[in-house]
Amino acid sequence: MTVHDPALDLTPAPGAAPFGRMVAAQAGAELRAMLRNGEQLLLTLVIPVLLLAGFSLAPLIDVGGGRRVDFLVPGVLALAVMSTAFTGQAIATGFERRYGVLKRLGATPLSRSGLMLAKTTAVVGVEAVQAAVIVVVGLALGWRPQGSFASFFGAALLIVVGTAAFSGLGLLMAGTLRAEATLAAANLVYLVLLGAGGVVFPLSKFPESVRPVLELLPISALTGGLRSVLAQGAGLPLVPLAVLAVWAVLSLALVSRTFRWE
Amino acid sequence: MDSPAVEIVDLVKRYGGTTAVDGLTLRAGRGAVTAVLGPNGAGKTSTVEICEGFRAPDSGTVRVLGLDPAAPGLRSRVGVMLQAGGVPPAMRCAEWLRLVARFYAHPLPARALLDRLGLTDHARTPYRRLSGGQQQRLSLAAAVVGRPELVFLDEPTAGLDPQARHACWDLVGELRTAGVSVVLTTHHMDEAERLADHVVIIDRGRVVAEGTPATLTGAERQLRFRARPGLGLEELLNALPVGSAAKESPAGHYIIEGQVGPELLATVTAWCAAEGVTADDLRIERRTLEDVFLELTGRELR
Repeated sequence: MTVHDPALDLTPAPGAAPFGRMVAAQAGAELRAMLRNGEQLLLTLVIPVLLLAGFSLAPLIDVGGGRRVDFLVPGVLALAVMSTAFTGQAIATGFERRYGVLKRLGATPLSRSGLMLAKTTAVVGVEAVQAAVIVVVGLALGWRPQGSFASFFGAALLIVVGTAAFSGLGLLMAGTLRAEATLAAANLVYLVLLGAGGVVFPLSKFPESVRPVLELLPISALTGGLRSVLAQGAGLPLVPLAVLAVWAVLSLALVSRTFRWE
Repeated sequence: MDSPAVEIVDLVKRYGGTTAVDGLTLRAGRGAVTAVLGPNGAGKTSTVEICEGFRAPDSGTVRVLGLDPAAPGLRSRVGVMLQAGGVPPAMRCAEWLRLVARFYAHPLPARALLDRLGLTDHARTPYRRLSGGQQQRLSLAAAVVGRPELVFLDEPTAGLDPQARHACWDLVGELRTAGVSVVLTTHHMDEAERLADHVVIIDRGRVVAEGTPATLTGAERQLRFRARPGLGLEELLNALPVGSAAKESPAGHYIIEGQVGPELLATVTAWCAAEGVTADDLRIERRTLEDVFLELTGRELR
């Protein structure tokens, strides 16, 4: 045996850290991982900002009256929420499951609810950065948000419920599919919803027959709801909130039944 | 009175049609190092992972520190080293250890632990760029950083070079001295012989032998020598005390078992002289744990 190292007292002294400290530590690690990952940043910041700037400046789309930037900012905010809560989270969690990280964390005092809370905290943190960047770029492009304090409260509420819905869908995928399948499917769904969810192309441009279906998509509810409060200055958008709440409840209930930790 | 570190009675675990653990019973004492030995597929990892709370048994009872393995209160008292992985590939070495440390109330200082396991120079290296041995050492560090009462190490020295293996052995020895209970799985007989207070050999999901390394290898000693193949052992056996055994295995290698002492040695050398052979490489030795292991689990590859 080697010389006793006074700095390394191995005598048992078990005990869990306070819940808040564990969650803060894990949320910090998740946040650093997201900000360090180049592909994630492309998804969460570069693509939304390029879409906002590109479609605002160039007359490529017909937004059906009104100023293009006023139409685009709410759509791109919704896209940012989807990219972080759904696509980014699904891919990251899928690979954590594959690499045994979720299993290993399960052997620490950090509970599963603590881990989920940490993930949500990190997602909300990234969304705050995204929203700040999109708002600044939007204002620079001449965006003039409408509405009162109540509209902004409505927007925040939509983002929270939307985050829950997209997180539920992302975790549903990550907890059941193989990591590679999650990677492919999450990107595919992102592209489809970007095209068909009213983010940059107004739903009014789609055929009458498919529009009612498209309006039930979580991304359409989020873009539509954000647009009604930020562009039209409407009050609390109850229908989009209800659609998002249903998606959130259904997906999170399924997650709690189907999620496989390894 | 303290309950044992681990107590398993009649454990059964099946995966589909295959039975990985088939009525296994074992007990790991507090403050002791228990080594679980067995060939690949013997059920070692399944057993350990049930103790760690990752899997539920199909039947049987398992108690860890007196509690059900799924009890949430155990998570802070038990340290775990998985056989592989468990760390995000982009996470830096020190970052991971500090993160795990922050889940515990009285963690070891991460810096000292990294230093101790020779990882200080790699503190900022992402996990995926560490060598296999460095990854193993980081996992070992994370298993002990929370100052647990009980540590499960699943093949802790697999893929380690000799220096790293010794560093790992030293740490296990110190854990034992500090009163930590250790349960480890291994293929390495020398590891079990060197570290363990209690060795459990399992095969096909059952315990086939257990005891201290000394009781398993037996007090019995053997006399071995080499000589030309095909010597008639009849006469020698007649000259030896009752209860002795002599065999040639493989050809030209002779093994005499029994009360190995001066008398037996004299009988054997007298017989050699009578046969006109010189015994080469004559030595008296104990059976090794590896001999016991191969006797119990067979030599065929699985």
